[in-house]
Amino acid sequence: MSAPLPTEAAGRPAALPRPRGGDGAPALPATRIVPDWLWGVLLVLPALAMVALFFLYPLGLSAVSAFQGRDGGWTLANVAKAFELYSLDMAFTLAIVLLSSALVAVLSVAIGGYLTLGGNRLAVTLLRWLYRWPLFIPFIVAAQMMRSFLAKNGLMNNLLIGGGVIEPLQAASLLDWRGVVVTFVWKQTPFVALMVAGAMASLDRSTIEAARDLGAGRLRILAEIVVPQVRPTLTVGLILSFVTMLSVMSVPMMINPNSPTMITVDMAYRINAHGDYGVANALGFVSYAMAGLVGWVYLRHGVRQGGAR
Amino acid sequence: MFAWIPRGLALGLLAFVIFGPLTNLGLWAVAEKWYFPHTLPLQYGFTFWERVFAPRSNAMASLATSVTIALLTVAACLAVSVPAGYALARLRLPWRGAILLAFLLPQAFPSVAVYINVARIFYTLGLNGTVAGVVLVHTVHGLVFSVWITAAAFGAVDRSLEEAARDMGAGPLRTFFGITLPLAAPGVMASSIFVFLESLDEFTGTYFVGVPDISTLPLLMFNAGMGGNFQIAAITALILLVPSVGFMLVIERFLKADVLAKVGH
Repeated sequence: MSAPLPTEAAGRPAALPRPRGGDGAPALPATRIVPDWLWGVLLVLPALAMVALFFLYPLGLSAVSAFQGRDGGWTLANVAKAFELYSLDMAFTLAIVLLSSALVAVLSVAIGGYLTLGGNRLAVTLLRWLYRWPLFIPFIVAAQMMRSFLAKNGLMNNLLIGGGVIEPLQAASLLDWRGVVVTFVWKQTPFVALMVAGAMASLDRSTIEAARDLGAGRLRILAEIVVPQVRPTLTVGLILSFVTMLSVMSVPMMINPNSPTMITVDMAYRINAHGDYGVANALGFVSYAMAGLVGWVYLRHGVRQGGAR
Repeated sequence: MFAWIPRGLALGLLAFVIFGPLTNLGLWAVAEKWYFPHTLPLQYGFTFWERVFAPRSNAMASLATSVTIALLTVAACLAVSVPAGYALARLRLPWRGAILLAFLLPQAFPSVAVYINVARIFYTLGLNGTVAGVVLVHTVHGLVFSVWITAAAFGAVDRSLEEAARDMGAGPLRTFFGITLPLAAPGVMASSIFVFLESLDEFTGTYFVGVPDISTLPLLMFNAGMGGNFQIAAITALILLVPSVGFMLVIERFLKADVLAKVGH
């Protein structure tokens, strides 16, 4: 499989899988007829085939369906109808996901920064134990939890009333776009913080020490020394979070089912109530475009950074 | 001493934000009556637990379906990703980077529309509403973890041990099953657990492909929550949480540092 072993090489002139020329050459064992790289391809093929058949093919079908009319011809009617009915929801979706991503970025840098630069060992250990919990809570459970926690009669308001912070009449339900943002930030911050903290931990401490020697405060070190160095990791984490938030249906369905809502809910409604694959796929195309836009911005920014070096 | 005031406040706030909703879940699971504006439940009890755990209840059936689907998903994932991971780690593959990236694709695109079309395709194939259809969807969703972690696990196995076995005359298959696979087993186990948990908690794909016959625990929880039955929803949520949190608490044993370092290489 790899280079020939030293013991074998002593008795063999070259590392070719087949000897050249000559009748009277000995019969080859079957494994030598198939070249090495072909074995690799054959072993990877089933997994690749699954991704191609059950993801790439439906993805292509979705993109094509968005532009196909009921008669099968090409049309922009689906996209037009999607914009006519759901343009508010599209803007709403983009705003929610961008806001959530921004909050996740700030919080995960703060958590990662404290884990790397924090002075007090006990506080750092506590933080490290604390911040990972939401990672292991599935989205559907988080949605249900937040639904009952953030409601007008939910535990959050109950505790605030019980603690005398607000009056019963002031209790507000967060079961709208704010609840969706809260749930997304709650779920995604530990994920990005984990990646960012790992990247920060593997930084060369001499840059941090040098800045500290020159008298910079910790916040300044974080902003000017640490974050620029972990920007690639932060960006990858944010892009993955962005795509995840565009893929989640349970959270907006359970917390904010009424209009305006996220387009994932509209897609499900379109299929269940109307069987309208055209418009649903047009909405899907819009979500691909949103994810693609973010990816394109990252690639351009990344390429520019790489080229400048 | 005073430095602990801002620190304590911040940590306390974080703890409230993280454990507040979890506590809420726990309280709803044991509450029989809870009305606004009472801070805590009025009456505690386990009658809803009896309802949920009754032998022929919907919840038990959904739990059985969920676990069956998850186990089948793990089997399917392992069947394709152990060879793929081995090939990526040990064999010379053309376009190795591109192949690794290909498995990342299901995480790179918003998947709701993809699931809608998978359901449409499966409907024509007769796979809609069947366990097989749902298992296929869950398997593709889990392949990225499965292939990447398995490749890292095989990559972390010391080549010289394999070469020693070949030296002593063992064929490639014997070396694989006798040396490589047992050494990579913790990493492969970890990837299996990831896939199991992802399948157990999967909602969106099952919502489109499993309807109307397949009822998994997340779907049951969703229906209970939307129907306003917070107690049943909370109890099923706790059932879903147990494997996830249990995994979190034992994760150190399986994911060794050298395996984690090789993920993505």
